[in-house]
Amino acid sequence: MNGKTLSLKPAVNGISFSKHGAAIIFILLMILNGIFTPNFASLGMLRNLLLQVFPIMIVSMGMTIVISSGGIDISVGSIMAVAAAALAKNLGIGIFPAIVIGLSIGVVFGAFNGFLIAKFKIQPMIVTLILMVGGRGIAQQLNNGYVISFYDHPFVELGLYSISGIPIQVFVMLLVIASVFILMYYMVLGKYIQAIGDNLRASELSGIKTFKITIIIYALSAFFASLAAIFETSRICSADPNTLGRFMELDAIAAVAVGGTSMTGGKANVIGTVFGALIIQLITISVNMNNINYYYSLILKAVIIIAAMYLQQFRTKGTK
Amino acid sequence: MSDFLLKMTGVSKEFPGVKALNNVDFYIRKGEVHSLMGENGAGKSTLIKILTGIYTKDSGTIELNGRQMSPQNVLEAQAAGISTIFQELNLIPDLSIAENIFLGREPKDRFGKIQWKKIYVKSTEALKDLGINIDVQLKLKDIGAAIQQMVALVRALDINANLVVMDEPTSSLDDNEVKVLFKVIRNLKERGVSVLFISHRLSEIFEICDRVTILRDGKLVGESLIRDISHGELISKMIGKDSESIVSNKKKAIDFSTKETYLTANGISSGIMLKGIDLSIRKGEIVGLAGLLGSGRTELARVLFGDDQAANGKIEINGKKVSLKHPADAIINGVAFCSEERKAEGIIPNMSVADNITLASFSDITRFGFFSRKKQLQITNKYIKQLSIKTPGANREIKFLSGGNQQKVILARWLALKPDFIILDEPTRGIDVGAKSEIDKLIQSMANEGISILLISSEMEELVKRCDRVAVLYEGEKVGELQGEELSVDAILHTITAGHNRKLQGANK
Repeated sequence: MNGKTLSLKPAVNGISFSKHGAAIIFILLMILNGIFTPNFASLGMLRNLLLQVFPIMIVSMGMTIVISSGGIDISVGSIMAVAAAALAKNLGIGIFPAIVIGLSIGVVFGAFNGFLIAKFKIQPMIVTLILMVGGRGIAQQLNNGYVISFYDHPFVELGLYSISGIPIQVFVMLLVIASVFILMYYMVLGKYIQAIGDNLRASELSGIKTFKITIIIYALSAFFASLAAIFETSRICSADPNTLGRFMELDAIAAVAVGGTSMTGGKANVIGTVFGALIIQLITISVNMNNINYYYSLILKAVIIIAAMYLQQFRTKGTK
Repeated sequence: MSDFLLKMTGVSKEFPGVKALNNVDFYIRKGEVHSLMGENGAGKSTLIKILTGIYTKDSGTIELNGRQMSPQNVLEAQAAGISTIFQELNLIPDLSIAENIFLGREPKDRFGKIQWKKIYVKSTEALKDLGINIDVQLKLKDIGAAIQQMVALVRALDINANLVVMDEPTSSLDDNEVKVLFKVIRNLKERGVSVLFISHRLSEIFEICDRVTILRDGKLVGESLIRDISHGELISKMIGKDSESIVSNKKKAIDFSTKETYLTANGISSGIMLKGIDLSIRKGEIVGLAGLLGSGRTELARVLFGDDQAANGKIEINGKKVSLKHPADAIINGVAFCSEERKAEGIIPNMSVADNITLASFSDITRFGFFSRKKQLQITNKYIKQLSIKTPGANREIKFLSGGNQQKVILARWLALKPDFIILDEPTRGIDVGAKSEIDKLIQSMANEGISILLISSEMEELVKRCDRVAVLYEGEKVGELQGEELSVDAILHTITAGHNRKLQGANK
């Protein structure tokens, strides 16, 4: 360990920068926006941020689980499209059955990912690439590539529903975040997932059924992706298999990385991911509101990811 | 000109905290097959790595063919005439045999076009010289492991080698393939090429080698013509015990014949590593597994724990036949396994001491998927106290603990399961003396509580000291069992030698 590492770790009043880095960056971005962005400090703005961050937030919760198990899931965007298309196609038989169909198809796709990874020991990146490409094709096939719209269907009310002015998405987010938090820190399954991510062989030899758990991990990731897709579909009154969830995997992975979950597996930082997702969305919003070209938001995201990786590297080095 | 091809004199090499080689002399004659013997950590691989340019020596001289040399990298060593065939072959599976042989050195015509005909003819000839007729356009991955070795060898020889270093070439070969390899080695010898042949299998050393050099703890112990040394002598030189000099520090004999049998394994076979092993263990008994490296000790343990599946044989626990397909099956049946690879297969480095201790027994403290942190801490603190694990607290990540304390945590993980049977594979390797004696005591107290123990150790003295009975393995077979009065280091050595001799006779028949 060198002096440089030591000086970086306790950055602000003993708060470890690597652990709370995402929260600190988020607060900084909020303050900067409050000063420089016109009309930023308003309730409407906050509402917007929370609504827009919704899909990234939900998907990155699943991604946190996957990455802390030592894997990665780049099929989440396509799974969103498949779930949305399956749901929209079946709205005729009722809202509830359609939601169940959408979620189930998503979960089956995720379990398929997990099965291939556990059974054939193929790298998760490659396995999930299959459905990233193929899933998008299946979603488009479901409605011959056309957007499925349903502006007058009662299903649209779900996405617009609010309780005392707070959009339903906020409650769903809180519920999902709390569930994943409890899963990862208070439930045995969470311990097993992180143990697998930290040392697969030792976990296997301790009697953990790594095969079964790998399937659960990817099924969970797909479940959250499908859940996000359902609310998005309802909010925008249509399911567009071509664009829904496109590049979602990248934003979700970025959120997890920025949030401080170890990219090599073993340690989930659920709260870090929450701030990671907020940061990713906040960048997009600030760039939009300041009339800066969209491309700059991509570059800015890249810079933030590099910064997060840089900090993480110090953490792993510092503890060895 | 001397008849020595290679003279390494006074070679030393130090790594932080370890003197890996201490003033070692190592000579190889022209056209001989020479072996370098020693247990793990003896300095074998360090010496080979210095010779082949992977490490550089701290002091000493290396002379090849009378010329001083000091290879700084593998290419320099190759250029000087030393070729190495590594354990892991560095060949490319998707290229043809011929392409592999000429990779990077393809003959080209004046337009830069590769002369394929020449490559095929030359490769075919080179392999024929070694007594192998094969279509050189076959892909490497489609041929057997032995032929792959030969391809590596041809590649090595084509760079005009005087000395071929073979590090464990037989580890992945079956009996027939080994025969092919030996034919080739004899062929090389006739051509005046020297071979440095490394193998854990004693029978191979005695079959193919002319001379042997023995290292122990980084020092030269001896050098001898193979026909002048007996197997017993070789083994005792390797492990550093003269059979007479060992003061027996034996465990008091206990009569187990009245105790119930806990586990019976019959005819356990798996590939070439295990050949029909029978073993039974009674309740509270400590049974040792003795044998040299590669004798099948760890492989047997893995089968008993369900981590590997035996091709043949059956296992009974408490008189009932069990099918162990996964470690979880073994755990349900009360079996625990403490791996020799603490880092790779034991600890979950970034998890706390508490999580590491309860990892295998979470189900005991879990209801509806939620585990009780209170119970987890109770269990953890109990074992921290009982095994005197030195840690700042239950929540400390295990990677910050010392090796001995990590080992205690892993033992606690298995004790927390309340097992009936624990397999301990080298439980005291790499930990300091203090922790060693504590773990010694712990093993005995587990046995006193009625837990059956299978103890694997390469230190025979420790086996004699701790075990009620010792089963001796040799190249995948059980060659004897010793207990009570008969049990001594001397007797273990004799049993290994006898097993070896029996095998030789069997082979000559």
